[in-house]
Amino acid sequence: MCFDRATLAYGDRVVWSELSMTVPQGEFLAVLGPNGSGKTSLLRALLGLAPLASGSLDVLGRPPRRGNPAIGYVPQHAGFDRDVPLRGRDLVALGVDGHKWGFGRLSRADRARVESALEDVAACQYADAPIGRLSGGEQQRLRIAQALVGNPKLLLCDEPLASLDMRYQQEITELIGNWSRDKDGTVVFVTHDVNPVLGYADRVVFVVNGRWAAGSTDDVLTTETMSDLYDAPVEVLRVRGRIVVVGEASGAGFDLDEPHHFPEPAETHR
Amino acid sequence: MIDQLVHLLGYSFVQNMLLAGVLVAVVAGLVSRFVVARSMSFAVHALAEVGFTGSVGFLLIGMSPVLGLLTGSFVVALIIGALGLRVRERDAVVGLVMAFGLGLGVLFLSLYARYATEAIALLFGAITAVSQGDLMLMVVVAVVTIVGLGAMYRPLTFATVDPVVAEARGVPVRLISILFLLLLAAAVAEAVQVVGVLLILTLLITPGATAERLTAHPGLATVASVGVALLATIGGILLALMTAAPVSFYVTTIAFVCYIAARLGPPTLERLQAAHSS
Repeated sequence: MCFDRATLAYGDRVVWSELSMTVPQGEFLAVLGPNGSGKTSLLRALLGLAPLASGSLDVLGRPPRRGNPAIGYVPQHAGFDRDVPLRGRDLVALGVDGHKWGFGRLSRADRARVESALEDVAACQYADAPIGRLSGGEQQRLRIAQALVGNPKLLLCDEPLASLDMRYQQEITELIGNWSRDKDGTVVFVTHDVNPVLGYADRVVFVVNGRWAAGSTDDVLTTETMSDLYDAPVEVLRVRGRIVVVGEASGAGFDLDEPHHFPEPAETHR
Repeated sequence: MIDQLVHLLGYSFVQNMLLAGVLVAVVAGLVSRFVVARSMSFAVHALAEVGFTGSVGFLLIGMSPVLGLLTGSFVVALIIGALGLRVRERDAVVGLVMAFGLGLGVLFLSLYARYATEAIALLFGAITAVSQGDLMLMVVVAVVTIVGLGAMYRPLTFATVDPVVAEARGVPVRLISILFLLLLAAAVAEAVQVVGVLLILTLLITPGATAERLTAHPGLATVASVGVALLATIGGILLALMTAAPVSFYVTTIAFVCYIAARLGPPTLERLQAAHSS
């Protein structure tokens, strides 16, 4: 995956500009930044849903295109309606043939693939339950099975940990991290909190106000780099193996229970 | 009473009626699943009511009211598709299009006052009046709807239950929404023949909503939905033949009773399976 001076804009609003970065196959990339900084747009660009304003982008050696079967996608946990007539295994099956026109039953081979994807995320036990009745963590496991059932080379995750409690956050990150390691799969993991992925991320890219910094966690998440990015004094603290970013830019302090671990920029500086 | 029914079944107008009932029930049962899952009951109402306007308008110029109904609901489907596909936006667009469409309907009706019974038939259903020509049109519409739904079944399901991932996987979510609206317009025009404009929801909501209460298995839910629609429609026609009350009354009552029964909790399939495996 390779960004070369890639710029994404919606109308006049530049989401990020001149992003250059190469992510080798098998790497785990964490995409960080405050809300509204264009993290999701980065995934949309990779999916071929948001065309670049300038620059170029290669995904698995080709320009991005819609419906690329080599890409798996895990969305934010939004919660299914209690009564939606869908079982866990149906959700995973949609990952096999949901995009195809027409009407049809899964072949025996495809059913076996669904079964093994369910096993890989340890979801067989509740695969026949109505999906709306499952917990957030169980639903996210099924979503991962759905994304991985097509044997992708690249897995895009958009805030997959949002609104999950700590234990589920760890389980879900571990599933994704292990998949990347075992299958040499590339992961792009959008998150507002770097801490759950600290043990897995090979590289991070931090996006704020259209600007970005990329590199290893230790390179990017430093007081100097972050202050530079925010164009305001920001302090990066390492406390008991966790990373905490405290900004004066927003005037907001940091609270462990508060999910937004990155300060909101005070204003646009560009 | 049964003798009387058997006697009636020999008439071709009764056979027409039953055939029309089966067509309507199958189409409504299939479409109803998606109407419920996509929260489109308001859109169904708008399609039907502006279909009414189209119907009266076509009567006014001496053309087939069924064709007018189809035209009216297609026009609304296209307007909703063009103006509002996001849920919030759609709600407002549907409401304002429906109001304007019905306003036109009032005008047409005042110009066509001589035939108020036709209007009543449209509003409350008049399957007894289905002619041979109407029936042919209904067969065509039913076939087109069922084939269309079959052709988009998988991506429609994906886009309905999981739109974000569907879009990421390359499903043309917007196109699917518009295609479904057009299919819905055809299904509405079909179902109006049995229950009329005002009672349309009984066939386009109740079967799907009942099926959802019975099972989480998508395939079984579709079968259950068609089953409820068939039970209500055919049961309603037969009961109406034996008694004096109108078809629409029986159809709505049977559908409602099915939903309440499903709600009050017969053992659902899941519970049966759970009991079986434990």
